[in-house]
Amino acid sequence: MQNERPAGVVANAHPQRWGDRLFQWTTLFFALFVLGVLAAILLTLAWSAWPAFEHFGWHFLVSSEWNPVTLKFGALSPMVGTLVTSLIAMLFGIPISFGIALFITEMAPDWLKRPVGTAIELLAAIPSIIYGMWGLFVFAPYFTDHIQPLMTDTLGVLPLIGPMFQGPPIGISVFSAGFILAIMVIPFIAAIMRDVFEIVPRTLKESAYAMGSTRWEVIWRVVLPYTKVGVIGGIMLGLGRALGETMAVTFVIGNAHDLHLSLFMPGNTISSTLANEFTEADGKLYTSSLIALGFLLFVITVIVLSFARLLLMRLERTQGGRKA
Amino acid sequence: MNRYTRRRFVNYFNQGMSVAATLFGLFFMGWLMWTLIAEGAVHLDWRVFTENTPGPGSTGGGLANAITGTLLLTVFGVLFGAPIGMLAGTYLCEFGRRSWVTPVVRFINDVLLSAPSIVLGVFVYEAVVVHMGQFSGWAGAMALALIVIPVVVRTTDNMLGLVPDTMREAAVALGAPRWRVTVWIVYRSAMSGLVTGIVLATAQIVGETAPLLFTSLGNQFWNLDMNKPMPALPLVIFNFAMSPYERWQHLAWAGALLITLSVLVMNIAARVVLRPRNTD
Repeated sequence: MQNERPAGVVANAHPQRWGDRLFQWTTLFFALFVLGVLAAILLTLAWSAWPAFEHFGWHFLVSSEWNPVTLKFGALSPMVGTLVTSLIAMLFGIPISFGIALFITEMAPDWLKRPVGTAIELLAAIPSIIYGMWGLFVFAPYFTDHIQPLMTDTLGVLPLIGPMFQGPPIGISVFSAGFILAIMVIPFIAAIMRDVFEIVPRTLKESAYAMGSTRWEVIWRVVLPYTKVGVIGGIMLGLGRALGETMAVTFVIGNAHDLHLSLFMPGNTISSTLANEFTEADGKLYTSSLIALGFLLFVITVIVLSFARLLLMRLERTQGGRKA
Repeated sequence: MNRYTRRRFVNYFNQGMSVAATLFGLFFMGWLMWTLIAEGAVHLDWRVFTENTPGPGSTGGGLANAITGTLLLTVFGVLFGAPIGMLAGTYLCEFGRRSWVTPVVRFINDVLLSAPSIVLGVFVYEAVVVHMGQFSGWAGAMALALIVIPVVVRTTDNMLGLVPDTMREAAVALGAPRWRVTVWIVYRSAMSGLVTGIVLATAQIVGETAPLLFTSLGNQFWNLDMNKPMPALPLVIFNFAMSPYERWQHLAWAGALLITLSVLVMNIAARVVLRPRNTD
């Protein structure tokens, strides 16, 4: 605490120093408050989830049974649902975000960069529940009528992965949820990719062009290798978002506690289960099991987000303190 | 096909895919907005602003209580969250530059920035609702404040960082105490950035639903008492959208349009005010 003054400022031995002290300690208090929030969330959730963990033990993680009547709870179905929807979101989201970031940083003329960038970023500002409504009433029916039959006819006949693309045309499904998640995470991933692409030194690109590289070769062999740590960080950040998204998923996933091989069947995720059942849960064990789900989700996202931030910070450090 | 043609082909193909990806993103932005306007605008009349949420099956009614509730929750969420975030951000940039606390807080704050909002709701339920014995507007506002804090910490930290040290040094050299330097010089120079951070945080919580589900819960009636369950637009949308009643569905679309428009207006305003550089 002895070095709180910025470099170059001489000690201020004025009678007013108590004001400085007070102000400084107040700001420090709230800085530590931020740390306290994370600790409080983890401890509170762990404490309230403990009855469920104690009662079910490791069985909680591997059982897919979820029955409030017999008080048997297992987290497998929502955990699988969370991972599968996020995986679908990443499968669509990563290449599209990459394309958008490339277009904005390398291809678009200057007058187009800002408007396109802003429009894509505004996608991130639209509330989750709006995606949910649109997904349920507009996207899902269209998808079921026009795209799902196409996928069943083509991908559904393939060996091994075929059964994943067969299923009834219900509209609300794990696949719809994953796809809508993809659209929701695209602006986040694209914005970070754009930011990290912009730190590539101009001379590096120019020398590659001077050697006769095409634009794509410059992007693929110079820009991407140079920024790969930051790109992975951005992807992890998008994954963190997808894992925790609630309302959009709750609307379109169907909220069924079943495990199906087919992606076109209803399912659930941790957050959709919480949104649907938390206020209706009666009894300590039911509530505790739901909080245990929340605890698992929080731990998973904190790990993913920490990893993302570490990677982005590593890139920042090598690039002289630019914040991604 | 020789090597040169192939390279050119790959180049053009991938550039085409990049354009297609951008169009894909813009297409969905357009599709969402079009849906909202087409479904919401026709049901947006004066009753939406003057009447309370109707019972099942009725043909009238509006969103007046939900709009008021959302305003109250948002205002209190920002009032709780913004000062905490600003003071914490001030420490990071002004006082803790060489302290071990700063990198740790920055890191944890960045993690909180993207933490799932529904988990924050569960936390506030356990920490506040259970102890108070009932769902309340205060609990909802606290959950929203937890979303505001990390956003404001980050923008404050970034924006104060743009103020040159020579300005601080000049003020200190004239004999101003440090706190006055921070408040009168640093805050003032960074004002537009600080406001931007708060506006962005506000935009983010206006449409938040998940953390309100089990903190503020929602209320069918006109309510200004923050100690009671508080109605909110997103909660009404959630309950009404999937209902079988036509008027409820119409109100859900009208509410969705209202929320999205206000969020977009706030975001665009923040971007126009924000000149220095983009933050998250």
